[in-house]
Amino acid sequence: MFCKTLSATLLLVGVAAPAFADDPVLAIKDHQFVPPELEIPAGTKVKLIVRNNDPTTSEFESTELHREKVVQSGHEIVVFIGPLDPGRYEFFDDFHPETRGHIVVK
Amino acid sequence: MLATAIIVFREVLEAALVVGIVLAASRGVPRRSAWVAGGGGAGVLGALLVAGFAGEIAEAVDGIGQELFNAAILFAAVVMLGWHNVWMSRHGRDMAVQATKIGKDVLAGTQPLYALAFVVGLAVLREGSEIVLFLYGIAVAGGYTAASMLAGGALGVVGGVAAGAAIYFGLLIIPLNRLFTVTSWLILMLAAGMASQGAAFLMQADLVPSLGNTVWDTSHLVGESSIAGQVLHALIGYTARPAGIQLVFYAATLVVIGALMRLLPHRRPNASI
Repeated sequence: MFCKTLSATLLLVGVAAPAFADDPVLAIKDHQFVPPELEIPAGTKVKLIVRNNDPTTSEFESTELHREKVVQSGHEIVVFIGPLDPGRYEFFDDFHPETRGHIVVK
Repeated sequence: MLATAIIVFREVLEAALVVGIVLAASRGVPRRSAWVAGGGGAGVLGALLVAGFAGEIAEAVDGIGQELFNAAILFAAVVMLGWHNVWMSRHGRDMAVQATKIGKDVLAGTQPLYALAFVVGLAVLREGSEIVLFLYGIAVAGGYTAASMLAGGALGVVGGVAAGAAIYFGLLIIPLNRLFTVTSWLILMLAAGMASQGAAFLMQADLVPSLGNTVWDTSHLVGESSIAGQVLHALIGYTARPAGIQLVFYAATLVVIGALMRLLPHRRPNASI
């Protein structure tokens, strides 16, 4: 019974938050963004997953993209990006401002 | 320690400037310290609670809980700031009609304080919860000693509070008969800036279109992460690269609150003059 409920719950969670294999993932590890440069196509909305592998709290932020979202240690967040014109857009960790990366739109 | 202090300072700054303006706008109101302190205290408790449930909030509503929560807090503050201004203008006009001797300062002394206390609470809650999450992360990671982290945090709070005190005492220089006109304008700009920030969260949650990601770019004049940029951001909602939707919300807030201030009927029981 318990197992059944558990698997049903897992199934529901899986359905509620579909994570497609091609959703780009940005990891934060040792106060570095991995990858430091993320390429996305122009004119398309992209669902970006930001995963914090550090023990500290981070805030994914980009003034150019108008995005700011806290991501706790061991958690991941979803950030919708775009559709954007071609160019380089900087993002950073507002809680560790030296941690920076770019989204390259082509 | 200094890095911690700077980040805490930036978060405190925004709330402290709001509190400074609210205190100036409520000058002379009996028991306003109790109201503002009550709002602030409730904000601190709320911040701890929100930080404690940050994971649940973030994952709520298909992952846009954090955006909705921030937007809701900002828009609630916009409504409260607007209500304060509308109250002041409705009562201000009667007073001006009834007796020129009774100044705006006397009138302002009778204003209800729940709206401003609520705004203080919301500002402290929003910025405070980020500080708690930030410091908690450092504490858990154990990269710093507790003493160093606390010292950094305290230094940041002191710096932010000093900025709030500076704007408060700066505003007190203004003669009392003009002070409330100035604070009404400041509160109108605060409200518009918060509405624009709220719009950015709705855009981030993909609930409203951006209407242009970057309508203009003044980042070479005043950078958003510079001190001037941060102060302007807190006071008038300065954004170096505003999105179209932010401008729409900004302008709409100015127009709606401005119109309500002018158009709502006066509270004048005996219009015998």
